[in-house]
Amino acid sequence: MITGRNHGSGVIIATFLAALVLTVVPLPDWLRPVRPDWVGLVLIYWCLALPDRVGVVTGWFTGLLVDLLTGTLLGQHAMALAVIAWLTLRLHQRIRLFPVWQQALIILVLLVLHQLLALWVDRFIGRPGPPWYYWTPSLLGMLLWPLIYSALRTLRRSFSVN
Amino acid sequence: MMMDHRQSHLESVRAALSIVVYPIQLAVELPGSVTGWFRESLATRRELQEENVSLQTQLLMLKAQRQKLEALEVENIRLRELLDSSFQVGEKILVAELMSVNLDPYKHQIVINKGELDRIYPGQPLLDADGVMGQVVHVGPYTSTAVLITDTSHAIPVQVNRNGLRTIALGSGTINRLELPYLPNNSDILIGDLLITSGLGGRFPPGYPVAMVTAIQQDPGQAFARIVATPKAKLDRSREVLLVWPGDIDAALAASANAGKQPAEADIQVVPEGEPDSDGDSE
Repeated sequence: MITGRNHGSGVIIATFLAALVLTVVPLPDWLRPVRPDWVGLVLIYWCLALPDRVGVVTGWFTGLLVDLLTGTLLGQHAMALAVIAWLTLRLHQRIRLFPVWQQALIILVLLVLHQLLALWVDRFIGRPGPPWYYWTPSLLGMLLWPLIYSALRTLRRSFSVN
Repeated sequence: MMMDHRQSHLESVRAALSIVVYPIQLAVELPGSVTGWFRESLATRRELQEENVSLQTQLLMLKAQRQKLEALEVENIRLRELLDSSFQVGEKILVAELMSVNLDPYKHQIVINKGELDRIYPGQPLLDADGVMGQVVHVGPYTSTAVLITDTSHAIPVQVNRNGLRTIALGSGTINRLELPYLPNNSDILIGDLLITSGLGGRFPPGYPVAMVTAIQQDPGQAFARIVATPKAKLDRSREVLLVWPGDIDAALAASANAGKQPAEADIQVVPEGEPDSDGDSE
């Protein structure tokens, strides 16, 4: 293993851990349904920035942790995050060139896809359909994307993760 | 995913993996427990005295009620013995605390801070001071996940306390609402009836309060009445929960043999009524 290649793995793991903590941190009841998909956002960022290090496997394992933390069916978020990681990897060279608002639109599509896959599994096992505000986290994720993008980029540069 | 849903092979995998997420849960819990600790250690003398007085009054009242209960319990067991019927009175109880961890907002699940090391088992009933809360579904070494009675995938066998009418209460996905879809239009049920666990199905011990009937709608065109009940337990407000091991008759009889003494394993915890009764329904 070449040491230079793995520089800054700690930073990547730390951001994923922070995202996992934010996924289950207690919020007031009225805020709970609009909690943004932190893990999805962080995963998309790292797939864009370091496509050769973060990818489908990382997505699958973090998804598994999300499943364990939130008590959903084992594999539900794992599958959904693996799919969006794969899509981001396929498109990363195009998305990188977009201005940030255009990126945010792509992020919206990816986040909605994540929720759609989770919803699909839920409906498949016979849970009732969610209310309309089920989709607000994706919208909020899109609005937060410029912030998250610049924050994570600053973090990546200051720790020179590459 | 199919395996997790249909079968229980993955239950052990989930239990093992839950150790991995335990530190994350602890990290999330930390700010809450630190503020709790600060509040406790910085509480003024007057507050403590007031709390002490109110707790003592409560304790006195509960003790008075309990004196009667003990006599009744022993008498009940003796009479049941005469009738040769097996009835379970003594139950082992453990107090657990909720971890302040939010799960999937569309599922009614909670995480408690007791696990396999405390002999928790899947399917174990969960109560609070006022009634049945739910049952344990996943057990890890240090934590377990429980599903509340209002989750859409949950059903609990109940009976009307007034007349023993049996039925099943289904979760509705709303935190203050249970549905009783299997009672015919002419069944003897009234608004305000208390529903208690019937003990059928063998999972919940009989006789614990579950819900209060709040609405009955009888449509002559439908075969069944539409009945809605509100859970007695404070599902979205309780922090302390009781885990129950349905006791065996031998323990209860042994307790009745040395009459006057209370069953050794009953360990009752007074839960302070601190929370204002605001409407916590926002889902």
